[in-house]
Amino acid sequence: MTTTVRRLADATRDLPFALLDEESKREIRRALLQAVATPGYQVPFGSREMPVARGWGSGGLQISLAIVGRNDVVKVIDQGDDEGVNAVNLRRLITTSTGTEESTEVDESTLIQSRHRIPEDAMGEDHILVLQVPVPEPLRGIERDMKELARMHAEADYSKMWVSLYEDKVRNGVITQTTGYPCLVAGRYVTATTPIPRWDIPRLHHSEFLTLFGAGREKRVYAIPPHTDVEPLTFEDVPFEVESADGARCKLCGSTESFLVETPGETSSWSCSDTAWCRRRRLA
Amino acid sequence: MNHDDLLSVPSPVVSVNGLGKVFGTFDPSMIERTGPTTGTARDAFSGSIVAAWDVNFEVAAGEALGIVGESGSGKSTVLRCIAGDQPATTGDVRFTCHEEGTVNVLRLDPATRRRLRIDKLSVVYQDPAEGLALGVTAGGNIADPLTAAGWRNFGRIRSRAAELLERTEVPLDRMDDIVRNFSGGMRQRVQIARALANNPAIVLLDEPTTGLDASVASGVLDLVRRLLEELDLAVVVVSHDFSVIEMLTQRCIVMQHGRVVEEALTDQLLEDPQHSYSQKLVAAARA
Repeated sequence: MTTTVRRLADATRDLPFALLDEESKREIRRALLQAVATPGYQVPFGSREMPVARGWGSGGLQISLAIVGRNDVVKVIDQGDDEGVNAVNLRRLITTSTGTEESTEVDESTLIQSRHRIPEDAMGEDHILVLQVPVPEPLRGIERDMKELARMHAEADYSKMWVSLYEDKVRNGVITQTTGYPCLVAGRYVTATTPIPRWDIPRLHHSEFLTLFGAGREKRVYAIPPHTDVEPLTFEDVPFEVESADGARCKLCGSTESFLVETPGETSSWSCSDTAWCRRRRLA
Repeated sequence: MNHDDLLSVPSPVVSVNGLGKVFGTFDPSMIERTGPTTGTARDAFSGSIVAAWDVNFEVAAGEALGIVGESGSGKSTVLRCIAGDQPATTGDVRFTCHEEGTVNVLRLDPATRRRLRIDKLSVVYQDPAEGLALGVTAGGNIADPLTAAGWRNFGRIRSRAAELLERTEVPLDRMDDIVRNFSGGMRQRVQIARALANNPAIVLLDEPTTGLDASVASGVLDLVRRLLEELDLAVVVVSHDFSVIEMLTQRCIVMQHGRVVEEALTDQLLEDPQHSYSQKLVAAARA
């Protein structure tokens, strides 16, 4: 038993830097370059088998591994939490296969991989945000035919998306879509902002940082480069609103200006979704 | 009245010249092996179907032209080629509302062709499922062409949809119901409302009342006739039903085995059909 584990451990020493072979990383970087050049356009890439299951962040992981350098400092969060099991495992995989430093602080980090959130702290041009994407196609729920989807994107024919927003408003009085809100990127492609809440959408608009999106199961990457227009789709007379709850404040740090999540099983009990941000406020 | 007088009008909105559609491989020699003279649209040599050949007509604003014929005569194919639902094999189709009629729309790229369908040309299909999204509300079905044309104001989209539904006599309290829950006649009215959303210059009607029971059909026909009079549209109506053609059109063409066998003023055709096939059709309708 011990021998087997040791042998396996020895074997990992021969693995290439950042786990993937150089050709694979190159292929992913090429796709990313195209993605940055065509903001919001979903670029196909040869998604690899990873040591995590597809649907568990394999797309984001492949991007991180393809772009990580020896001097990067890596932060990984899951729902805003650095200590989530998946976040810990992905972070460990990146740092042990590269020897890079890790941090939970945004200002110390350069490469931030995330599922479901953009950190509350301001990010600058030295940051790259990598988002794990389950469903990269914003029109998936509206049109199933792949050929028709490709045509709609090619001709920027998004009337069906508008009809679905219209229907949502008619049936529910408000536009109910919360996470993954569809946005028009650089005035051209309607893009899925993946499961980040509406709260985070305004932060993508003219951001200082580069955002890369990776969908491992769906084999697509896309990007929102810095200083790019990101407009949430909404009617002129129906303003886009972020989530809010009356009187909600974080039970730990007292914040009312961060994205708050309800504590499971309790009513009217809220806490910051970004745990590193919340902890720093409590210590200050 | 001679041949040319009947097919051309002073200032046409739609001009169709030499329109042809062949399903299967095409070879010019198959033209003489098919048509009314041989009694079939199917070329025995190649197996291809000459669904429509050498179709010519013009339609002016405020007028409706009928295309009559039995099932398989090629009338719907002609309409679908003009609409852009099917690529034509040959021919020249011009709309004065597009580039002043200097462009053969059959040669446009698919994206530009679809663009025409948003604000210049609408089609009302026999089967509402083809023209409507049945899982979407009546208002949403009208919002579709409006948003495609760039409408982004929810309140204005709502009031335009309400205005159109009122005009097509759909009760406003059904505006937010999905179309699947509508009766056949009501679905057709929604389809017509949607077709008029962006004030098109041209409307193509493909058997608009077939499949509706007689009383419902006559209500829909009344509506269509009123809209034709009010809106100055150029209309093509395809139908096998002479009562529809008689009610809506002033001129019509008769098709058999993919060819036009007679063109006439509608009254004249019904009173005194010239071609033997037209005589048969009229006799059958009058029986």
